[in-house]
Amino acid sequence: MFAFCTDPETLSGLSWLSCYLTTGKHLSIYVSVGTVLLLLAITAPAALLFGFGGAVAARSPLPPLAWAGRGYIAIVRGVPDIAFFLFFVIALDQFLEWLRHEWKCPDWEGSVWQGSDFVVCAEAKLPLSTAAGWVHDVYGFAVAVLTFAIVFGAFAANVLYGAMRAVPRAQLETAEAYGMTRRQIFRRILVPQMWVYALPGLSNLWMVLVKATPLLFLLGVEDIVYWARELGGAKTPRFTDYPHPDWRVWYFGALLVFYLAFTRLSEVVLARLTRRLARGQATLGGAAQGGSA
Amino acid sequence: MSCWETIADYGLRSLGIGERLLPRDNFTLCQQVVLIGSGMLWNIYFGLISLVSGFFLATALALGKASKVRVLRKLAEWVIFLFRGSPLFIQFFFAYFLFLSLKGVSPVFDPFSSAWLGAALVLFFNTAAYSGEIFYGALMSVPKGEVEAADAYGLSGWPRFRRIIWPTLLRLSWPAYTNEAIFLFHATTLVFFSGFPAWQQRGDALYYASYFADKTFNPFVPYPILAGYFILLTLAIVGVFGIVNRRLNRHLPQERRARLRLRRGPLLR
Repeated sequence: MFAFCTDPETLSGLSWLSCYLTTGKHLSIYVSVGTVLLLLAITAPAALLFGFGGAVAARSPLPPLAWAGRGYIAIVRGVPDIAFFLFFVIALDQFLEWLRHEWKCPDWEGSVWQGSDFVVCAEAKLPLSTAAGWVHDVYGFAVAVLTFAIVFGAFAANVLYGAMRAVPRAQLETAEAYGMTRRQIFRRILVPQMWVYALPGLSNLWMVLVKATPLLFLLGVEDIVYWARELGGAKTPRFTDYPHPDWRVWYFGALLVFYLAFTRLSEVVLARLTRRLARGQATLGGAAQGGSA
Repeated sequence: MSCWETIADYGLRSLGIGERLLPRDNFTLCQQVVLIGSGMLWNIYFGLISLVSGFFLATALALGKASKVRVLRKLAEWVIFLFRGSPLFIQFFFAYFLFLSLKGVSPVFDPFSSAWLGAALVLFFNTAAYSGEIFYGALMSVPKGEVEAADAYGLSGWPRFRRIIWPTLLRLSWPAYTNEAIFLFHATTLVFFSGFPAWQQRGDALYYASYFADKTFNPFVPYPILAGYFILLTLAIVGVFGIVNRRLNRHLPQERRARLRLRRGPLLR
């Protein structure tokens, strides 16, 4: 990357390190940090949305909808999430391919299950086998995001469901007495007040989500774990200008530090957010800050 | 081949007893149930050994965090932060490669790079850190009156801790600790996906489940089987911890007894 990096064999010490850390492959690991942040940036709101939907469904007066919502919340309990990750990635992929298969190839003879193979017609493949490499990458990432959103959405649904029930009944009854409709009560009273009750649970969920991001590796995305393994492995002079022995322990040490710093930062930010949201609420935390509450 | 023969061949396959070769095709439901169940032995091993040994370190960490000695307090805080603040998955990877490079230094470290010891060690520290934080929280909420009463009766030091503070600490932390135990057992599924090799394909339940899912392209059979096993395991943990909870609370009047209320929290760490 730097001009003096043209002949690595003459380098030593810091200048060697600065050249080593800016090779093309190392740039990929920095990009993959961006992948992790992107995953968090997309998954957190998506999971919140799934969670909100699940919580609203679970509260619904319509039995089938309530069962669906409660089933969604309950299904993630008692089973290791990593199993869900591994399951959903294959299941989602097959489901999407099956949908496209039914739509694009209605004349197809026989079942999509053939022995121990899952076969769909060539037009239904996702992504198409003719698609460019980046399409495959994006598709893999999108399936991973959807998987994360489904699993964490169930946890978020549980938190939000609890938070909605924690809003004092008197608040809702007062709104009823003022003649508000169900919808108005929901939008103007329930939802604005529930966040302070949901925040401890959601904070916890965020920390768990941050710590779950290395599992992207298991979903087949080339994330930081993948690159740490790739780059850290022993390199011989035949294949690289920067030969080194097995340095994987250093790479994973760096990842450890990265995550520690990230969770620490999250803790500080979430603590501030909690204080900010408690302001003006009819709770002990809100009362401690003074004000009209 | 009948199902009994399958059980005889593969029932203890994860320990290396029985048939060496895994089935390659024409998987029967029985084979999947038996092999995944056989893998559960590893999950139970990892969970039990780290839970039991981690309990003692957790108590020490909680006391350390509450200690007045600055060095002890800082040490406990750092251990707890290190293992709670980073993903278990990365901890496994780091530990595995650490032990791998230590192997070159001294042959003493040879067994550490295999899962039965290395991964168990990581899980031990991990669960000790999480439970240590739980115990610390409980320690802080031990009623002052109980400690003062102990002082009045002339108890101090170890007897006061052993007979007064510790039982109350356990009683207060037990519901949260039950959750931690459940999470720990679920976390054991990460072991063979994080560097630690499954020697001669002797893996845990998830290892076999993903083996079947990869071979059959059908996730709808092996993963529900795995889920079934884990739900049974969770029920067993809840049952055992419930018995202990009843014993810890037996001196309280009926209505004040803490019921085991389980949080439906995320299970990853």
